[in-house]
Amino acid sequence: MGRFHRHDDETGHGHGHGHGHDHDHPHDEHLGDHSGYETGADRIVVLERIFDENDRRAAENRRVLDDAGVLTINLMSSPGAGKTTLLERTLRTLPAPERVGVIEGDIETSIDADRLAAAGARVSLLNTADGFGGECHLDAPMVADALGRLDLDGLDVLFVENVGNLVCPAEFDVGAHRSVMIYAITEGEEKPLKYPVMFRAVDVVLVNKLDLLPHLDFDLDLFRANLATVNPGAEVIELSARSGEGLEQWTRWIDAARSQPATSGA
Amino acid sequence: MHELSLCRTIHQVVEKAAGDRKVAAVHLKVGKLRQVIPGTLTYCWGLVSADGPLAGSQLVVESVSVVGSCRSCGRDTEVEQVLVLVCAHCGAAALDIVSGEEFLITTIDLDDRTPAARRPVS
Ligand SMILES: Nc1nc2c(ncn2[C@@H]2O[C@H](COP(=O)(O)OP(=O)(O)O)[C@@H](O)[C@H]2O)c(=O)[nH]1
Ligand SMILES: [Mg+2]
Ligand SMILES: [Zn+2]
Repeated sequence: MGRFHRHDDETGHGHGHGHGHDHDHPHDEHLGDHSGYETGADRIVVLERIFDENDRRAAENRRVLDDAGVLTINLMSSPGAGKTTLLERTLRTLPAPERVGVIEGDIETSIDADRLAAAGARVSLLNTADGFGGECHLDAPMVADALGRLDLDGLDVLFVENVGNLVCPAEFDVGAHRSVMIYAITEGEEKPLKYPVMFRAVDVVLVNKLDLLPHLDFDLDLFRANLATVNPGAEVIELSARSGEGLEQWTRWIDAARSQPATSGA
Repeated sequence: MHELSLCRTIHQVVEKAAGDRKVAAVHLKVGKLRQVIPGTLTYCWGLVSADGPLAGSQLVVESVSVVGSCRSCGRDTEVEQVLVLVCAHCGAAALDIVSGEEFLITTIDLDDRTPAARRPVS
């Protein structure tokens, strides 16, 4: 189906579209074919994008961060891929950890936040189970809240440790300049094909736990090929947050990003 | 997943747009690249709208296919199931997504049969 073939309103025709509602609902007798036109009922045309409000708040966050000159990196992964371990290691490698901020949004927050504060970072905690209804992702208003509790002028780089989840965080722009995914080789080669939206959303994939390679039959070339089918432009950095292998390439990437403040959404 | 928080956002938009008027149905267009499950969305709508001014309204979800436009030959390809971005016409692996990422409220059907005064107060 070409893009010029789409009807503007196919809701009443039902050829293969996912009507997510139960056709036995009591309003059917009034609504006829759901289009509303036959009933004489009024119809308001809204055409409002559901992510508009979040995206507006994300742009606002980005402007605040630009003004303060803070490179902000949204770090996403499945649970346990190594976000906190890598951040800890990165903080111990960077020359001025006290100029690095972390917004900690993972669900097991206080443990991770304590580890990162001990490594020298300025940490702003977002307990997503507390007042935010136990979200599966961070959104722009939550990050705005956390930004308000950080002294941005004292920071050069800010990491957002997103909630461990390969689906929801990809949908919500938080206002970061770069999106980075940590992918552990224990997760197998197929995930880019199963979670294409997440893999498409990132600028770089950090392939972590490389120290385990001798013990696994992980095929790095197959993983790279799968990644390339969904996101041909993604950079790949292989590293081990445990052994420190590959860390220089990652810190060089951060330095390069700091000197090119071009911004990206989502 | 995040259907519940999306329903809260939809609820706010619809409440504002409808004002005092009773709403029968809310129509959405959701691209298949948006990782929402229509059935979960309508289920969450029931939870979020219960006891409020939109209680009893229906959420009607229209799914929109993923279509990519080829950078080489300019033709469109509908991308099915696994997201492999290859042109079905010339085989080039350079498709720009032209549909499938939308997520919008298109229209709201009002129900004139129920006097607004009888709607539950939130
Ligand atoms: N072998 C190995 N284990 C790692 C590596 N990075 C993290 N881990 C372990 O993986 C587990 C989850 O790491 P964590 O940083 O908490 O993951 P997060 O949930 O993404 O923050 C912990 O037991 C880490 O010690 C690595 O490079 N190699
Ligand atoms: Mg963590
Ligand atoms: Zn082509």
